[in-house]
Amino acid sequence: MEETLTLLFGQTIQMFLVLLVAPAITGITRRTKASFMRRQGAPIIQPYRDLIKLVRKESVIAENASWLFRSAPYAILAFTWVAAALVPTFASGLMFNWAADAVALVALLGAARALLALAGMDVGTSFGGIGSSREMMIATLAEPAMLLVVLTMALTAGTTRLPEVAEFLISAPVTVRVSLALALVALVIVALAENARIPVDNPATHLELTMVHEAMVLEYSGRHLAMIEMAAQLKLVLYISLIACLFLPFGMAPANTGPAAWLLGAAAYLAKLGIGAMMLGAWEVSIAKMRVFRVGEFLGGAFVFAFLAILLAFLTREVLN
Amino acid sequence: MNHAYDVSHLLAGLMLVASFALLYQDRIFAVLNIFAAQAILLSMAVGWEAWTQQRPHLFITAALALCLKGIIIPVALHKMIVRLGVHRDVEQVVGVGKTLLLGLALTSLSLMLVLKITVAADSFTREGLALALAIILLGMLMMITRRNAVTQIVGFMSLENGLILAATGARGMPLVVEVSVAFSVLIALFVFAVFVFRIRERFDSVDIEALEHVRGDTK
Amino acid sequence: MTGVGFSTAPQLAGLLVAIVLYAAAAVFAAIFHRHKTALAAVYPFCIVAAAVAAGAGLAALIADTSAGFRLPLGLPVIGLHIRLDALSAFFGLIVNLGVLTTAIYGIGLDRDRDLSARVEPFFPAYALAMNLVLIAGDAFGFLFSWELMSLTSWVLVVSRHRDAENRHAGHVYLVMAAIGTASLLFAFGGLAGAAGNYAFDAIRAAPPGPLVAGLVLAGAIFGAGSKAGIAPLHAWLPLAHPAAPSHVSALMSGVMTKVAIYGIIRIVFDLLGTPVWWWALPFLFLGATTAVLGLLYAVLDNDLKRVLAYSTVENIGIIFVGLGLALAFKASGLAAAAAVAMAATLLHCLNHSWFKSLLFLGAGAVLHSTGRRDFDGLGGLIHRMPVTAAFWLVGAMSISALPPFNGFVSEWLLFQAVLAGPAFPEPILRFMSPAVGAMLALAAALAAACFVRAFGIVYLGRPRSREAAEAHETARPQQVAMALLAGLCLLGGLFGSVAVSAIQPLIQMLAGAPLPATGTGPTPFSLVAFDAARSIYDAPTIAVFLLISGLLATLLVHRLSGRRTRLGPPWGCGFPEASPLAQYSASSFSQPLRRVYGATVFGASETIDMPQPGDDRPARLTVRLHDYAWELLYAAPARAVVRLSERLNTLQFLTIRSYLMLVFGALIVLLLIAAVWF
Repeated sequence: MEETLTLLFGQTIQMFLVLLVAPAITGITRRTKASFMRRQGAPIIQPYRDLIKLVRKESVIAENASWLFRSAPYAILAFTWVAAALVPTFASGLMFNWAADAVALVALLGAARALLALAGMDVGTSFGGIGSSREMMIATLAEPAMLLVVLTMALTAGTTRLPEVAEFLISAPVTVRVSLALALVALVIVALAENARIPVDNPATHLELTMVHEAMVLEYSGRHLAMIEMAAQLKLVLYISLIACLFLPFGMAPANTGPAAWLLGAAAYLAKLGIGAMMLGAWEVSIAKMRVFRVGEFLGGAFVFAFLAILLAFLTREVLN
Repeated sequence: MNHAYDVSHLLAGLMLVASFALLYQDRIFAVLNIFAAQAILLSMAVGWEAWTQQRPHLFITAALALCLKGIIIPVALHKMIVRLGVHRDVEQVVGVGKTLLLGLALTSLSLMLVLKITVAADSFTREGLALALAIILLGMLMMITRRNAVTQIVGFMSLENGLILAATGARGMPLVVEVSVAFSVLIALFVFAVFVFRIRERFDSVDIEALEHVRGDTK
Repeated sequence: MTGVGFSTAPQLAGLLVAIVLYAAAAVFAAIFHRHKTALAAVYPFCIVAAAVAAGAGLAALIADTSAGFRLPLGLPVIGLHIRLDALSAFFGLIVNLGVLTTAIYGIGLDRDRDLSARVEPFFPAYALAMNLVLIAGDAFGFLFSWELMSLTSWVLVVSRHRDAENRHAGHVYLVMAAIGTASLLFAFGGLAGAAGNYAFDAIRAAPPGPLVAGLVLAGAIFGAGSKAGIAPLHAWLPLAHPAAPSHVSALMSGVMTKVAIYGIIRIVFDLLGTPVWWWALPFLFLGATTAVLGLLYAVLDNDLKRVLAYSTVENIGIIFVGLGLALAFKASGLAAAAAVAMAATLLHCLNHSWFKSLLFLGAGAVLHSTGRRDFDGLGGLIHRMPVTAAFWLVGAMSISALPPFNGFVSEWLLFQAVLAGPAFPEPILRFMSPAVGAMLALAAALAAACFVRAFGIVYLGRPRSREAAEAHETARPQQVAMALLAGLCLLGGLFGSVAVSAIQPLIQMLAGAPLPATGTGPTPFSLVAFDAARSIYDAPTIAVFLLISGLLATLLVHRLSGRRTRLGPPWGCGFPEASPLAQYSASSFSQPLRRVYGATVFGASETIDMPQPGDDRPARLTVRLHDYAWELLYAAPARAVVRLSERLNTLQFLTIRSYLMLVFGALIVLLLIAAVWF
């Protein structure tokens, strides 16, 4: 009973940890980009200030918006928050980590994306349509690659449950395996596409014709926009956590350990988040955004990498058994 | 043992990735750079084989691969391209997506085949042969799906890389064969270079399509 | 099992009562077809019959009974065998739940405008025929009921015969149905063998040899697959399903395709004996291509009901992939994985019947209140038809396999089965499983794109025509029918593990082993695929989590912000768009997908005709798509047949002397053969 309570407590902490940390990660990314461009940049806590400002502002909604438009931000935030709360961050084996495996995680994010695309189409402007249609096209290209990455993990670790994969990689020291490296590259490309980062989409653009994610949320303002921004920041944290959990799980507290190990795990996790955010910022300033129809080739590259990862994993299994 | 296997697997796998990158690239200088990288990886792989299998003459092979294919030939081709003023972009015959999918299918085929017929061999050989066959097939695919004579030469070279990888995986390839292979590569290069120069003088481009009219068929 | 044996069970008796009720309803409506009241009474009759049948089926499934008897009807020596087992009961449940909900929808039809003597008498006959197919115990009964099912649905398809498009659809449907039945006859002939015993029990006792089994497999896939809608035999589906009245389309798409799947499962998993690994290859290959192809057609089409029909094609492809995986695992001796694949397939049959019926009923509601089913004439219906829109959203989310609805449960199980693919001993299967998985993931993502497009264009945005602007909400019984189905979708999504446990005996029968480790998850409703340590999906926990996070987020945000909302004109980046035509249309939405996939699959080409300045004719965008399947496999052979028959037509006009010469020549040839052979 006491153990259950501890695990429940840990799960609650994880839920609020990801929520609290998400704006800071976006802040770190923006700060890194600014410093590469020789600007001073906004402080790291600026996204927190932006969110609070948005929440306090009045929300202006189009006259012909429906109940879907009003309720979508809440639903999107709920789906993304649940998904982010279920990825093991500082400890594996917390109370509800078993409820969703990698496949269910992808589906939860897909549900959030579908709702956002629908909200984009609700008011009946053409910009919303641009965003929704491009977003769904990118999704069709990214999901097969994502599934192949999950298949690679299932092949290597024998399971799709994220805590188990993390524990497998911690406890069985694996020397450099090409298939895991290729799967990592594929997952990074998919993460860039899903989070609307350069080279797929520019989160800081003001030109509507270059927008994908931003175009869908043009009609939102006030607290609704705050919730959608929060969801986008949570998604970024989710993907960095996922990459850290699947490929770099060092420092994560194994199951059935107490709060002391959790503190260590939390420190390692926050360090990984920070480093990931900085690397993202560095990447974004060093490459240009692609034309929309070249994104297909980019994600096709992710697909090829992921497929190669599986083929090489097959090869290793055959040859060594 | 596992450690040795992992490193050779890593290097061969990266060579395979380089072959895919060659299929995808559409700029000539990038193609040359990737080919040079593949040759360097080849020399590292051969060197690793030399060290783990204790066959010092393979180090010479590695050095030859590094110097000739990693440095001299790419630089020479680079200079030739600049002098010829060839187009910087390369057209694909079928389209990038289909070419990559074909490449994946060919890789699966070669893995399936080699794993099936080499059940009795040891793990290094099997893995080397499987990846080498894949690299050879991808080199041939590159030759088929490109319109530009220079990239066809590069495809041919990457095919050679695959052959050498296969040869080092199997035991007992003598040095004589290796030197002759190297010379044949050089000669092929000279022939191609002269040919390319002539094509260019004659037709003002090195697009293969233009050659079709030479055959004497009336169209 | 010859002789008039009467081994029956109460469930079978219940089913027979329901069948009699269906027959009575059909006859009653046929006799009194001029009275609108009589026609309207058909649907309550069907509701009762369907409820009885569904209850009987559920009871038979849970109790895992099997019962049967033989009637001395039909062919003299064989008779008519009736047999109810777990497989029949499961599919009977699907069929009768579908009939139940569509009959509830039918009660709400406008008595003067919509009821007609061409539809109502044949509705119960159609339900009757489908039930008969499921309980047929021999090939004769099966084929007779199959043909009856095709004919009654054909009548329903051409019920609005004044429309040339519907007549064309009916023609294609009839031709495909005839070819399919001929192919099935061939398959059953192969199964019956030289002894000629067509009863299923006899066939089960004496499975055919490998060559004959291969031919039977091809015949079954061709025959039943054309009814189910597998590519490239799917061409009739997008013509026929939209042509029928909407509640009948729901039955055809949601339920009749499952009867076809039942036929395939019965032949391949039950009657053909022990499977061989390569039998799975046609299933996997056809299923994966159909899944992707169906959705590519759907995403490029502009008619609401045709989009739903193409989506049915995709789901049949997914079911075929599941069947292929189950076959392959079973043949390779991996019983646990076969059970997972079979559970995924069966559950997907059930789930699809629910959400596809829901979507078609909703489309019927839209068609009824606006008179239009083309995307270019709809829009903004969420304001005029809020209830229908809410239920349609549930259906769209279910079919896109999004949690917490039921579509995701069967997709999750299927993905788990695919993830077990690396265990295949056969290298071709092993290397094919990642490709199949990738195609399934592509299909899932395209389904989401397709239904976001469909829901967005039809219900969201602004109305694109006067009819859409003046639409009214649909009648109460139709809302009840949709609510029922939406509720089933939600319950199926949350309690999928309950459904899986209920069909364990059936899975055991088909795959050779039950689903391992049911009920070993951390909570009573966790769905465990192989092993709790390997993969779990716990829908109720996730749903609770979603509710809690939603509530927390709402509370937090409203505490900080209050609830001030101001209405204003749409922002649109400062460009006010007066005309609803400026918003995204269906073809605009699919343009990125057309650019990416269209050129390869459909040879898509776009031409823009832009007038010069000063010319006031409108600019024109033309998109040309080639349906290569239709051109190569349907149009070309059809032209060849027509040419051949024109040549042969000259035989009608010969002189008497020529005819005598033909007869004489045939006689000589036969005598020669006799001389040489004997």
